[in-house]
Amino acid sequence: MSDGVHAHPESFIGKYIFSVDHKVIAVQYLVTGMLMALVGGFLAYVIRMQLADPTGSVPGYGSLNFVQYNAVVTMHGTIMIFWVAMPVLLAAFSNLLIPLMLGADDMAFPKLNRLSYWTFLLSTVVLVSSFFVPGGAAAGGWTAYPPLSGTAEYSGGQLGVTFWLLAVVLEFAAFLMGGINFIVTIINMRPRGMSFMDLPIVLWMQFVAAIVFMLSVGPLLAGGVMLLLDRVVGTGFYDPAVGGDPILFQHLFWFFGHPEVYVILLPGMGVIAEILPVFSRKPLFGYRMIVYATLATGVMSFIVWAHHQFVSGIDPRLATPFSITTIMISVPIAVMIFSYLATLWRGSIEFASPMLFALGTLALFLLGGVTGIHLGTPATDIFLHDTYFVVAHFHYTLIPPVFMAFFAGIYYWYPKMFGRMLNETLAKVHFWITFIAVNVVFQPQFALGFMGHQRRIANPEIFEALATPQAIELQWLSTIGVIILLIGQIPFVVNFVRGFFAGEIAGANPWRANTLEWLAPSPPPHGNFAEQPRVYRGPYEYSTPGREEDWFPQHVPS
Amino acid sequence: MAESAHAGTEGPVYESSGNPTGRLAMWWFLASEIVIFGGLVFTYLLFLWRYPEWTEEAAHTLANAGALNTAVLLTSSYFVVLAHDAAHNGRFQKAAALLAMTVAGGFVFLGVKAFEYSHEIHAGFVPSRSVFWSFYYTMTGLHALHVIGGMVAMTIVALAVRKGQNPQRVEYVGIYWHFVDVVWIFLFPLLYLAS
Repeated sequence: MSDGVHAHPESFIGKYIFSVDHKVIAVQYLVTGMLMALVGGFLAYVIRMQLADPTGSVPGYGSLNFVQYNAVVTMHGTIMIFWVAMPVLLAAFSNLLIPLMLGADDMAFPKLNRLSYWTFLLSTVVLVSSFFVPGGAAAGGWTAYPPLSGTAEYSGGQLGVTFWLLAVVLEFAAFLMGGINFIVTIINMRPRGMSFMDLPIVLWMQFVAAIVFMLSVGPLLAGGVMLLLDRVVGTGFYDPAVGGDPILFQHLFWFFGHPEVYVILLPGMGVIAEILPVFSRKPLFGYRMIVYATLATGVMSFIVWAHHQFVSGIDPRLATPFSITTIMISVPIAVMIFSYLATLWRGSIEFASPMLFALGTLALFLLGGVTGIHLGTPATDIFLHDTYFVVAHFHYTLIPPVFMAFFAGIYYWYPKMFGRMLNETLAKVHFWITFIAVNVVFQPQFALGFMGHQRRIANPEIFEALATPQAIELQWLSTIGVIILLIGQIPFVVNFVRGFFAGEIAGANPWRANTLEWLAPSPPPHGNFAEQPRVYRGPYEYSTPGREEDWFPQHVPS
Repeated sequence: MAESAHAGTEGPVYESSGNPTGRLAMWWFLASEIVIFGGLVFTYLLFLWRYPEWTEEAAHTLANAGALNTAVLLTSSYFVVLAHDAAHNGRFQKAAALLAMTVAGGFVFLGVKAFEYSHEIHAGFVPSRSVFWSFYYTMTGLHALHVIGGMVAMTIVALAVRKGQNPQRVEYVGIYWHFVDVVWIFLFPLLYLAS
């Protein structure tokens, strides 16, 4: 076996811009995703200001008409799911961790990996430019249901939706390339001694997430092309006037859209599985059960989608089976959460910033999961459907993995990425503001949903029940929460930038952790390891009896 | 599909599953392709079930041309099997020539398809005529794009394998070409013979 360290490309452009190095590509995905999070966060602020003061103008944006408001809502959802959650949580962490945790020198297909990022960047450019086309950005909702998305007169924009569709199709192509890379790398580049049951949980979850994405996105790709043809060529797939069916798009969308929730959730849960044992100095409880629960989640995620359509006019006989599968999928998720809690039991817990964010993820996600039961049950869903109760629910399910687990992962792996530690005080300030503000934003929305506040209504006060002082107070509370939440991200940005230049030098293994990425220098050089290490044990051997140190790295012989 | 940078001499060769990385990647790629075509075929079948009158529309397709194209694709798949065999046995010139014949099969297929499209469009069966024709053009068009993609990939592989480079890729483009073939085997009866 040769030394595994490749010849260095000399130029700056070859090394950092058009790089094939998985770590550079991970940082590229990370930075692009974080910049898009700023755009998405600003749109969230616009939405909240508009709802708190529907007749006034939004400071820093101006006044919105109803179509512009819908465009803002559409783009907020689209950006946060496809241009923040996917690149940051799946692409950035998978690219960083898969080769490092396998002791490998790069992904299986480094050039395909580079193509994946540049396709993604192109999709980002197409999406952002749709703000500036005549008629404005897409305004048909992030779900792009026809006829809203199919016909210009319903959604205002003509070009906007076409750009939106192109951007989404390009983005899916990028993640298909990335997904194949992740899957094949995990299958084929494991080091000697590492069976599948020795993989760190985060790799298992990224593996299953990539497979679920690949096997669910096809019908939506087909459905997106059909919608594009409806708009551009004049086919009639979704047009009842010529024999098409708009509900078809909903099926194609949610056949992908619901598995997508788990594509986002699983990598987040994986990040937490890496952090909890390290900061409890205890083995992860129930490794195999977590793996089986992950697989079960992946399989079951394909048979729950129609719970989004209880009020769409689907056959009522379909509602019961989909309701049952929806509530059943909480079983494997509960297995994970209970295993995580059992990991903490009697551990020597250290409340470092990664640990705080990991625990915060679990606490918030629990609320998201519990409120999901109301929506998975048709009787209550018919009342709550498309209200702010739903909005609060899915923000409680998506913010934990997309932001809390992401921050946990950044605070944990930043030393590996850049070789420097982040400031712990700033990190803790960031955690407490974020954790409290998320609740201030979304708790009032549960109540507003019960009061009858529908989604995507630019002026809720035209409804009597929502023009009451209590309702307006709740709207303001939620809006103030968003402002605090956004301001609360300043310590993070400061910390992130400052750490790069002035952080304390980290060393290879600052957290005294077991997995292989901590064997490589921080930051790892091109090629990562001098030679692929051999693995002797599972990833979570902490506080092994009879051993002086309380961690037992995978690569150390017994 | 790009080949691993590790296939050269510079880095270590990874094969912890016992299968070449390129072959694994091709199968996973095809898994994602299957759900794309699968989604289309499945929704088409649901429509066909709901609207039995679509069979009358299907009667206007050129079944004989479709049958000819089925034969052309199957024959080209045979050539790619021979190419794989030749590459496996180190006969790179022969492998490249057989790949060229497969590509030629692709050209014949596209020629026949183009003739069908122009005939149908002249007869007024355009994509916006009805949902059946929307499906017909979308499914066969997407398939034709895959044929073109396969032809480009095979040309690149043939040019390299002629010089003895990356002979293992003949197998991978072969797997892909068989998939394109299998998709057609589904599309032909569903669209042409539904009458």
